Amino acid sequence: MKEKKPIGGRIFTIPFLICLGIALIALYFLAKRFIFGLGAVTNMNDGYPWGIWIAYDVVVGTAFGCGGYAMALLVYIFNKGEYHPLVRPAIMTSVFGYSLAAVAVFFDIGRYWNMYNIFLPWYANTNSVLLEVALCIAAYCLVLWIEFSPTFVKTEQTKAKLNKVMFIFIALGILLPTMHQSSLGTMMIAAGQKLSPLWWTGLLPLLFLISAITMGYAVVIFESSIATLRYKLADETDILGKLSSIMPWLLGAYLIVRFGDVIVRGHFGLIFKGDLLGNMFILENILLIIPMCLLAVPGNRKNARLLFLSAVSLMLSGGIYRFNCYIIGFNPGTGWHYFPAVPEIFITLGLVSVELMAYLWFIKRLPIYRSA
Amino acid sequence: MKKQNHFTLDEKLSDISRRDFMKFCGIMAVSMGLPIGVAPQIAAAITNPKRRPPVIWLHGQECTGCTESLLWTSHPSIANLILELISLDYHETLEVGAGHQAEAAFNNAVTENAGKFILVIEGSVPVKDGGIYCKIGGRPFTDIVKETAAKAAAIVAIGSCASWGGVQSSEPNPTGATGIPEFLKGTTVVTIPGCPPNAYNFLSTILHFLTFGKLPDLDEKGRPKFAYGRLIHENCERRPHFDAGRFAEEFGDEGHRKGYCLFKLGCKGPMTYANCPSILFNEVGSGAWPVGTGHPCFGCVEEGIGFTIPQFTQADVENVTPAAAHAPIRAERGAGVSKGSAALLGGIAGAAIGAGAVIAKRLGDADKGE
Amino acid sequence: MEIKRRDFLKGLASGALLAVAPPALAGSPKKSRLPDALGILYDSTLCVGCQVCMVACKKANNMPDEHYGPQKIWDNPIDLSAKTLNIIKEYENGNGKYKDRKIDGYAFVKRQCMHCVDPSCVSACPASALTKDRKTGIVTYNKDACIGCRYCEIVCPFNIPKFQWEEPFPQIVKCQLCSHLLVKGEIAACCSECPTGASLFGPVKDLLKETGRRQKMTPGKQYDFPISSISSGKTQTHKAARYIPHVYGENEAGGTQVLYLAGMPFNRLGLPELPDRPYTALAENIQHMLYKGMILPIVALGGLIFLVKRTGEKEE
Repeated sequence: MKEKKPIGGRIFTIPFLICLGIALIALYFLAKRFIFGLGAVTNMNDGYPWGIWIAYDVVVGTAFGCGGYAMALLVYIFNKGEYHPLVRPAIMTSVFGYSLAAVAVFFDIGRYWNMYNIFLPWYANTNSVLLEVALCIAAYCLVLWIEFSPTFVKTEQTKAKLNKVMFIFIALGILLPTMHQSSLGTMMIAAGQKLSPLWWTGLLPLLFLISAITMGYAVVIFESSIATLRYKLADETDILGKLSSIMPWLLGAYLIVRFGDVIVRGHFGLIFKGDLLGNMFILENILLIIPMCLLAVPGNRKNARLLFLSAVSLMLSGGIYRFNCYIIGFNPGTGWHYFPAVPEIFITLGLVSVELMAYLWFIKRLPIYRSA
Repeated sequence: MKKQNHFTLDEKLSDISRRDFMKFCGIMAVSMGLPIGVAPQIAAAITNPKRRPPVIWLHGQECTGCTESLLWTSHPSIANLILELISLDYHETLEVGAGHQAEAAFNNAVTENAGKFILVIEGSVPVKDGGIYCKIGGRPFTDIVKETAAKAAAIVAIGSCASWGGVQSSEPNPTGATGIPEFLKGTTVVTIPGCPPNAYNFLSTILHFLTFGKLPDLDEKGRPKFAYGRLIHENCERRPHFDAGRFAEEFGDEGHRKGYCLFKLGCKGPMTYANCPSILFNEVGSGAWPVGTGHPCFGCVEEGIGFTIPQFTQADVENVTPAAAHAPIRAERGAGVSKGSAALLGGIAGAAIGAGAVIAKRLGDADKGE
Repeated sequence: MEIKRRDFLKGLASGALLAVAPPALAGSPKKSRLPDALGILYDSTLCVGCQVCMVACKKANNMPDEHYGPQKIWDNPIDLSAKTLNIIKEYENGNGKYKDRKIDGYAFVKRQCMHCVDPSCVSACPASALTKDRKTGIVTYNKDACIGCRYCEIVCPFNIPKFQWEEPFPQIVKCQLCSHLLVKGEIAACCSECPTGASLFGPVKDLLKETGRRQKMTPGKQYDFPISSISSGKTQTHKAARYIPHVYGENEAGGTQVLYLAGMPFNRLGLPELPDRPYTALAENIQHMLYKGMILPIVALGGLIFLVKRTGEKEE
């Protein structure tokens, strides 16, 4: 097994500086948000109280951050030790995805100075799905950083100590995402009649859980492909291809549940109405069916390009599914409209930029990848 | 000259029937917001000569419009009646004498009735440059007011000039025109602002003092609450038009002729507290007040509004209430796609697709290279 | 996007697929009305659209004016908002001449917090900032608990809670049935000011009885209608309208303490068609099924720890 080590090189490269620029613009809008209120920078309103900050930064962002979860699931539950090299980069993307989601929540909630209330038992509402999600995500952030800590913990003593208890955190690292990713679906069950029947179903938690896993796998492939190409790392196509062989089964299962549910509930006709919602449903699922078909052919799984494209398609599909559930398929019903405002988009872009900058810094300074 | 004055008034008095007189007392009671049963009490107060306090009426910087409006009150002989009955000992406009004669009359009246008379001041006091802008008999008005006020039983500032400075006090206020309450700070001064004020508000105040021996309830600006406690906008006959959104857009247009609301012409009714729409002027019938005749309220009674905010500047609406129109069941709200956000998202999508294509291509090349 | 009871049950059933335990299908029992619950009966047929309830509400709750359109001269909100807890809306069709008629007619509807029997907002709030009074059933807001997540806005089937978007330190705003007046022995301001008795305050059980009485009235005949409060003893005589045989809020979303009577279908008045359980009850069911006492997660964690250890040992 090749050694993991930092890639090295300059930090302030052009991509890094572009990201920095975007982050600074976002910072300006953030200042506005905290001085003048949410209405000053976002188009969120009383009809659409959740905009892209929740839908993208949190709901999609954490799903992208499920790489670590998906790999841990594979390595530890399905006992596939050969995927171990993919775990550390996957954990890293998870660390970023989740940490930034937590930060995004802080920007989004109106009474952020009261945020600690969710940790106070006397304010806890055990009926609240959101409380479970919030606590789980908070706990998982912590778990992720601990899982990730071997990369930056220097002393051997601490490392040894960490190693002894790591199994608890790995187990938690599987349990917690299972809990909150499914609950992200349960959250929208409560939206009831406001969510289009194409998306509203009692199976939302199951669908969200599966989509989190598929998106997690896709992100691992995506990230690994780019890193391999950019930094001339050890080629991981073989292992990625092997990993992808599971995907058609998972996607197939998802599609059966997805379509079966829509048909059983008698809303199949809505798909072909030709309106925005129907088209979004079709788009979401086509982007899922194509990679499923591609990856079903063993030869395609050895093709780095097709692997990459399938991963992108899956990420898009999952992202669109979650957007559909949280914004596009959501309609409070009394004439409300929502489309993100420019500053709102910039703040999300800024978060992504920070994530990219952190990624660049981490892979150059910490032992994440195996070099070629 | 005094005699002659008395003579005319006596003559006039004989014209008044008991019925008219009681009617007047009734009107007074009602305009003060008192029960009609108080009218006999008022009548008794008026007709009992012993309880009639003498009135001394001073004029400062003003146009005498207040006196005019009082004299022109058209209910039978009210002006004369009241001038007689309150024993008006000194009034420059109604004075027949002039020069030293008048001065002597004034000094007599003040000395004789020291501590008993009601001092009515019409007009503002110019305080700039030692008060040289208004002198009577060679003495600055500032001194006259101070000296006379010290001996008065009660002080009434009639008209906007006396109440808060009036038109002369508008920027740049060259004479330093000052209202009586401001000038005599620390003394209770009843103010009856208005340009001119409604005579009934003045008469009612005086009669309240006569009847009950004390002044009516005053607001923080010294105005009798019975007269200045109501917002014009909320008592205006044109209010339904306001609520329904029907406005006169310019003088003489269709809306104006139909009696629509004058808000858009700068009516200050929404900011002005006065009973004009309730008691009207000069008992000539309905509509006898500025807004009733089609002229937007000027806010003449209110300091900082009348002579300050331009006539056609729209008023700020206090006590905002719903329009007569209703909200629809479904109302389109929230922001849709804007050019900026669409362009930005398009840009991001384009960049992402471009980057994805490049990566995919390179990945393919790398494959071939192997 | 009308979800009927049938769909709701199907949703419930599909949600139950997740569960290992069969009782999940039944779920938790439906919450029943509190015996001393207080509420409002709004009778659209009696409402004349004078909007005095809106004025009274703003005064009683010290709410600011809200302006739509270029001139800031009226308080004319177009919907409930962070500045408006109560609003009269108007349905209009065709020439809008006839009251309570679907075609060429008009009708008013009052919108405010429904004070649900099983409130979605209370179920969803992660910080218990929204609570239902155990006696009166009034749903109130505690700003010190609120984190401003706005999940209450997502889950409220009636779109009631509103957020102060323009404030740096915002709050959630909604009708609290004038709780601050009730402790003084007064009644909700909108009802005490209503001239026709269209908004009638009282114990929900009495109000429900009153709806029964009105439903039985002969249209066109004169009847006495209580005004302000059902126990005020004051009445007004009106001609009974032709009521539709449905009391909105009797069962909607598990029942509400604000009840509606009208002369036309409620969906025309902007009141959504809802199943007789709140959707949050379904979410709660799933949640409790999976996390009750955290037993399932703890068992799962034990299994995971075992698996992780096994893998780790094999690798070593």
